[in-house]
Amino acid sequence: MQRIGVFVCWCGSNIAGTVDVAQVAQSAAAMPGVVYAKDYQYMCSEVGQNMIKQAIAEHGLTRVVVASCSPRMHESTFRKTAAAAGLNPYLVEVANIREHCAWIHKDKAEGTKKAIALTRAAVAKATLNAPLVAGESGVEKRALVIGGGIAGLQTALDIADAGYAVDIVEKSPSIGGKMAQIDKTFPTLDCSACILTPKMVDAATHENITLYTYSEVESVSGFVGNFEVAIRQKARSVDAKKCSGCGLCAEKCPSRKAKSEFDEGLRTRGAIYIPFPQAIPNVPVIDRDECTYFKTGKCGLCSKICPASAVSFEQADEVITQRYGAIVVATGFDMIELDKFGEYQYGQHPDVITSLEFERLTNAAGPTGGKFVRPSDHKKPKKVVFVQCVGSRDTSGRGKPYCSKICCMYTAKHAMLIRDKYPDVEASVFYIDVRTPGKNFDEFQRRAVEEYGVQYIKGMVGKIFPEQDKLMVHGVDALSGETVVIDADLVVLASATKAKDDAEALGRMLSISTDTHDFFTEAHPKLRPVESHTAGIFLAGACQGPKDIPETVSQAGAAAAKAIGLLSKKKLVTNPCVTTVNEALCSGCLACEKICPYGAIAAKTIELTNNGVKETRVVAAVNEALCQGCGGCTVACRAGAIDLKGFTNRQIMAEVDAICF
Amino acid sequence: MIRTKVTPTTQTEALAEVLDICGTNAANCMQCGKCSATCPASSRMDVLPHQVVRLLQAGQVEKVAASQTIWSCASCFACSARCPRKVDPARLIEAVRLSVVRKAGGNYLKADAVPALADEAMPQQALVSALRKYSK
Repeated sequence: MQRIGVFVCWCGSNIAGTVDVAQVAQSAAAMPGVVYAKDYQYMCSEVGQNMIKQAIAEHGLTRVVVASCSPRMHESTFRKTAAAAGLNPYLVEVANIREHCAWIHKDKAEGTKKAIALTRAAVAKATLNAPLVAGESGVEKRALVIGGGIAGLQTALDIADAGYAVDIVEKSPSIGGKMAQIDKTFPTLDCSACILTPKMVDAATHENITLYTYSEVESVSGFVGNFEVAIRQKARSVDAKKCSGCGLCAEKCPSRKAKSEFDEGLRTRGAIYIPFPQAIPNVPVIDRDECTYFKTGKCGLCSKICPASAVSFEQADEVITQRYGAIVVATGFDMIELDKFGEYQYGQHPDVITSLEFERLTNAAGPTGGKFVRPSDHKKPKKVVFVQCVGSRDTSGRGKPYCSKICCMYTAKHAMLIRDKYPDVEASVFYIDVRTPGKNFDEFQRRAVEEYGVQYIKGMVGKIFPEQDKLMVHGVDALSGETVVIDADLVVLASATKAKDDAEALGRMLSISTDTHDFFTEAHPKLRPVESHTAGIFLAGACQGPKDIPETVSQAGAAAAKAIGLLSKKKLVTNPCVTTVNEALCSGCLACEKICPYGAIAAKTIELTNNGVKETRVVAAVNEALCQGCGGCTVACRAGAIDLKGFTNRQIMAEVDAICF
Repeated sequence: MIRTKVTPTTQTEALAEVLDICGTNAANCMQCGKCSATCPASSRMDVLPHQVVRLLQAGQVEKVAASQTIWSCASCFACSARCPRKVDPARLIEAVRLSVVRKAGGNYLKADAVPALADEAMPQQALVSALRKYSK
């Protein structure tokens, strides 16, 4: 017979408010095998933990049941407590009477009844618990960073500076991301290129960093400390080793129809192109969908004029397989399409542009060389209207229900910069709320209003009608109650941010979850903000939710710290709660292999002697390093030959029996 | 009533005059409404003090000038004392009032009319400041 101790936690008033904890302890004392039961205000505190240790020693406890919060929260805490008192940590069982009981019920009598039932189930399971010993696995001292924007670059630099090898995989031909497109950064107005491009160079020249640009992650397998990743390096059609980056090919390419992604379509580029002058690597890429040679077999001008003979039409995609200890996802964000917002005339009128287009239009290195002119007639606008929340905080289905977070600040920045450079230009901003929480952020926005005279109008724009060479912007000033019309020359729309279109697919490949808007989900919104639910995979930047540059850089540093913490470990403790196959019962049907989401089960041929005759048989075998202990196979197994350690079929049945008591 | 759409602008002469008289800046106002919440004369006002500030931000001096509010304001300065953004609404209202009085060339309050309006309990100081406030 086991000697079980039950410890009931009040969790302050969290549990004690809805559950009569003293009664739970009293009932537990009468359960089979229980020799000691006690309740205490905070069982996870030092006092509470000492109470458990002392009881193990004094009462010779062989099993411990803690009725408290979710095992997600404190199972590891109480396992450590038991281990410190000389008990195998896997002999501890947690009854979740907080999330599963106290927090979701109001009736104290019913709540107490349920808490007792949950405790009884835990006692029944604990009786059958077996001591388990965790195994060990090694850690590959190399990190993978997916995404080469500011989030990925910062993460990679921090990890590399700590002495670990890092590979950056960037989908587009150059690193730099969205930040490279921006002109100035709030709230200090430093030039974006001046603070970003040195970081790009640092990353490219760092001895511990390898760049894979124009590349994508193709498949991911393995587990924390031992991921195996296949990276597809798309054919650039230019030999990077030979290319000197002179740019002659891009200059002479006769195909000029493709719109420059970097300039938000405000300028065209050749079929062979370098996205922007400061691109890293400074090696052109051929857009095979646009290239005349690839379409018709004729042309090949770039190849003929290249002084280094670097153009290679035959170049093929290359797949590189590499092992990593940690993965950081830093894939960034995009802006929504505005085709559902016809009232703003975006796409209909050339002088209605997005904020990102405005960034390019006012950028010194942009399509107009920094000259502030409107796209239609290249005249300088006299009145500029900014519209915020275009698709943000929109529950109609046309946009996104969340706040895009960065628009209030960049709109204030845009309006301020215009008024600073061209005091004769009037700037008005239509807003629903001005949200500027951040260090020196509110002061920045107020400066736009108070010092630079930007007209802020609380209210939305209902419609925009072009009239001669003007755009009549019809809105409302909700504060004065006046309806408003402004004869604008240029309208700038702060479109909502969104997750990358392929975020969900990448999440599936990595076994990390995404929320309803396809942003990656952090393990805990407050306490584990840069970790995913999958061990060894971390999150940085706007792929986790809308974020500005300061926040992205902080998060990137935090993700790097987490990755470094993992890479610095010599060995990782593996979860001993994995499945085992009873080969005597296994029929070799391999239904388990098909259901296993981690590829942890494979067929194995064993030799055995049947009545003196040697024969071979196929059975299932579990790779304990890959098994995550989900238990799917135990249910699929028709012969009942697979069992999950720590959650055996007998234990589960005992729990069910105890609840139906 | 027929509503006409307005075009907010700070580039009007009337606004420049008002801001010149008062030397305060309406742009600092965040429209929290504390002035209207605190005003003891608000029951007699058609346009509340925070609305006055908003109208001035949008350059609509004429709407404020035509309001009852500028004559109902008692110049107690409670709004200015409690304003979290140092906007000083009382000064703005005073400036609009002055711009009207100066232009009209007339007096809102004539000395001859005072005896009929005054009573025993009214402090002499109130009469003096009323003349200063409502007369050229």
